[in-house]
Amino acid sequence: MSRIEGYGRIDRSRHVTVTVDGAAYTGHPGDSLASVLLAHDARPANTGVKLGRPRGIGASWTEDPTGLVQVEEPFPEPMLLATTVEATDGLVARGVNGQGRLSEVPDLARYDRLHTHCDVLVIGAGPAGLVAARTAARRGDDVVLVDDRPTAGGTLTGTETIDGRPSLDVVDEIVAELTTSPNVTHLQRTTAFGHYDDGFVLALERRTSHTDDGGLARRSRQRVHRIRAARIVVAAGAIERPIVLEDNDRPGIMLAASARDFLHRYGVLAGREVVVFTSDDAAYAAAVDLHDAGASVQVLDARATAPTLWSRRCADRGIAVTANTHVHGTRGEDRITAALVGPERREVACDLLLTSGGWNPTAHLFSHVGGRLAYDPSLGAFRPAAPRPGVEVIGAADGTFGLADILRQAGGVGAPPANEEPRDPTAVLWRTDGDPTRQFVDIQRDATVADIARAVGAGMTSVEHVKRYTTIGTAHDQGKTSGVIASGITAELLGRPVEDLGTTTFRPPYTPVAFAALAGRERGDLFDPVRTTPIHDRHVAAGAEFEDVGQWKRARHYPHPGENMTDAVLRECAAVRTSVGIMDASTLGKIDVRGPDAAVLLDRLYTNMMSSLKVGRVRYGVMCGNDGMVFDDGTVLRLADDRFLVTTTTGNAAAVLDWMEEWLQTEWPELRVRLTSVTEQWSIFAVAGPRSRDVVGAVFADLDVSNEAFGFMTWHDTALDGVPVRLARISFSGELAFEVSVSAWYAPAVWARLLEAGRDHGITPYGTETMHVLRAEKGYPIIGQDTDGTVSPHDLGMAWAVSKKKPDFVGRRSFGRPQNQDPLRKQLVSLLPTDAATKLPEGSQIVRFADDGRLPAPPVPMLGHVTSSYHSAALDRPFALALVKGGRERIGEVVGVPVAGELVPALIGETVLVDPEGARRDG
Amino acid sequence: MQLIACPWCGPREEIEFSYGGQAAVAYPADPASLSDEQWARFVFFRDNPKGPFAERWVHSAGCRRWFGAVRDTRTYEFLSVGPLSATTARTSVLPEATP
Repeated sequence: MSRIEGYGRIDRSRHVTVTVDGAAYTGHPGDSLASVLLAHDARPANTGVKLGRPRGIGASWTEDPTGLVQVEEPFPEPMLLATTVEATDGLVARGVNGQGRLSEVPDLARYDRLHTHCDVLVIGAGPAGLVAARTAARRGDDVVLVDDRPTAGGTLTGTETIDGRPSLDVVDEIVAELTTSPNVTHLQRTTAFGHYDDGFVLALERRTSHTDDGGLARRSRQRVHRIRAARIVVAAGAIERPIVLEDNDRPGIMLAASARDFLHRYGVLAGREVVVFTSDDAAYAAAVDLHDAGASVQVLDARATAPTLWSRRCADRGIAVTANTHVHGTRGEDRITAALVGPERREVACDLLLTSGGWNPTAHLFSHVGGRLAYDPSLGAFRPAAPRPGVEVIGAADGTFGLADILRQAGGVGAPPANEEPRDPTAVLWRTDGDPTRQFVDIQRDATVADIARAVGAGMTSVEHVKRYTTIGTAHDQGKTSGVIASGITAELLGRPVEDLGTTTFRPPYTPVAFAALAGRERGDLFDPVRTTPIHDRHVAAGAEFEDVGQWKRARHYPHPGENMTDAVLRECAAVRTSVGIMDASTLGKIDVRGPDAAVLLDRLYTNMMSSLKVGRVRYGVMCGNDGMVFDDGTVLRLADDRFLVTTTTGNAAAVLDWMEEWLQTEWPELRVRLTSVTEQWSIFAVAGPRSRDVVGAVFADLDVSNEAFGFMTWHDTALDGVPVRLARISFSGELAFEVSVSAWYAPAVWARLLEAGRDHGITPYGTETMHVLRAEKGYPIIGQDTDGTVSPHDLGMAWAVSKKKPDFVGRRSFGRPQNQDPLRKQLVSLLPTDAATKLPEGSQIVRFADDGRLPAPPVPMLGHVTSSYHSAALDRPFALALVKGGRERIGEVVGVPVAGELVPALIGETVLVDPEGARRDG
Repeated sequence: MQLIACPWCGPREEIEFSYGGQAAVAYPADPASLSDEQWARFVFFRDNPKGPFAERWVHSAGCRRWFGAVRDTRTYEFLSVGPLSATTARTSVLPEATP
């Protein structure tokens, strides 16, 4: 055991048991998984990703490049750092051999999102952040303080003195004041992981990671805070920089401050025989503290002279300090056994080698928003170069390292004082002499100095390229310890100053974030809104298969037992053509267009003339863009002189409303028109087939539904038990048909009445697939299926829908462009496979035969493609619609459609295949 | 997540807005009088400056009103917003076709 009495902030009165790689270990509340393992002189069974060398724990927090574990219980999660997993009773984990494994069980935990607005967001609750937050809170600002560790205080160990008292007492005092301040939100275990424009920060709060049962029954597991702050104070501290040396990847090699952190936070001594190799003063504190806790320690300082004050402190304790000395390598198998010291590589026995090459300011969150970093040669690190509006970087994150200076920077004149500690300058030392193939820069990626040399040798001169070539900085830690060193070594190899070379760009997230946390509650049924019609449950009860149309669920067909889709659709089609069918068309977009200038607006937006439409009548209309290409189609009902009801395709309902609003607001604001979506207010049922008049007449007995009284493309209002109903003679099948519209509240009742009235005629509910077949048999295009934004009304054979009287409408001028007049434009035609058996796959290419009936030599000229293809009950054969170059000129021509390696001959024909004379329309 | 100051609703997150392209490209008063090239320039050609750019935006998931903005295309910063008529004079004159 390496647990030291009198140290640490763990609760020794209680115990937790964790299992790692099958072995049980006892720890205490407050431990991390890493500290439990170190307390038992153990490590996870880790190996490097490429070379398979053993790996230990190299740091005490998120900067650890090596100590990855796969957590199995309480909740499976891959690739977590043992240093950041809090030890809870029953936790089960195992080491990771380079790569994790996704969970195979569903994630039952809840994840949440919380929006917060504040005056000041302080990131980091170390001495700088705490004082900054308190200063802002006392000023009356709304303050949010976030910190990623379980407790506040940052790197303070308790050995420091602030305001004449132990530092952690001052931390407790400030935390207590913040807790009682109503204008402060203080969140520990909360990592600010991304910083975006205009003071926007995302922070991940771990809400159950420290509770034995996972706390899942009571609260969400993690929560993403979306914080919008007027001012952001980055007080994220700094990360110690290792010194690269040969075989520096062995277990038992650690950052100096991390060993000190393990001692003071967890009461764990990470080694008994300790060599500290440093080019910076801070490592001396680790040497002194580890010595005082019982370790045998010696310090090797790479600098020409050791710092005076620290040398005296070491001398007082009998800690040997040797200046001007490098460690060049290590010995050991599963753990370090010796450091190789000096040019003669003298073996110095040790079980823990601590390295410290100085500190890298944690300026990631400054950099995320484009804050520029510049190399500071006195630090050997990059620090914020120029201020960004609304963002301040203070403390170690800004490259300020003395505690007294940090407190002054954070709190101004009111800051609590601390002892001034003299600091000797850091010596910048990226690596010592040794075999570059065993000098690991990014230990997690198994990337070495030799890999950088290979990148530079291959001609790379940018750190961004070197990063991608070597993979340095692309692991879970995103180069927290390796990034700057990689820049330094690259600069050295290129013979250029690191100032010129710069460093790689920091991007969110600062630490890994689970996708589940980002998804929040938007999973499963809540991933995207599902829109259903008021009679959705009737379709479900009738056994409908549904298809997604935008966010809508639409009944596609209603298979009877034993039927597949083809069978069901043929049956439904036959019912409509021979008797009567009924379809729920409620998803059609509906826009109420109202105002004295309503007709003017519609005249400008539709290719047809709408102002001449009489009240009580219906007109089919086509809309184009400025480019003259079809954008949407639908029917227009004139309800009054100043009022129209426009229908749109289901998928385009919002787009058409937006389109109309755009013209109205930006181009013709003088028009007095108001647009209102009434899509969800009206339910529409299409009753179609030769018997539809009988059904509608029976249900709406007050209405004369004869052809004379109720002609094609007219509408009538009536009532059913006092409920207003609108009927319209509109057909999308070519059959006699009525559209029945009623307030969505009464939709189920009206649907039931229509079914009841149609029972004797065998009324058949039909779905969208049947509707598609019926309309295709009549050559009616579906916008978005038979068109793709490059198809004009003329291409669809709809010149009849383009007004010749109106001086202008959107798209008109484009019809006159030579490109729109090209006789070789693709035009809509029908295709009948001559074998009367093959259903041509939609999307199939259409080619011309060579003279011998085979494919011509490549490149095979493409004539067009199949846009719709079905089996027809009415024709008793498959048929298709297609866009074919110069298609109407080719009517009667046989072309080839490659299907599964065979060329299927198909006859080009007119688009209307069923009832071309329109005899069925009026019943 | 940038904030965009809707002239009617105030600052809102950018996902509430939709982009409407270059401002002050008015629909021609008499399209029939334009040459094919002039018409094609109106339909297909827009400026693409590096720097301040007068644009149209709409607060799609808010008040659904269109407005004008001048935005720096280098920094994405909105330099000004206002009603369309105020920030972007409507004009019936098309940009001259460059030969």
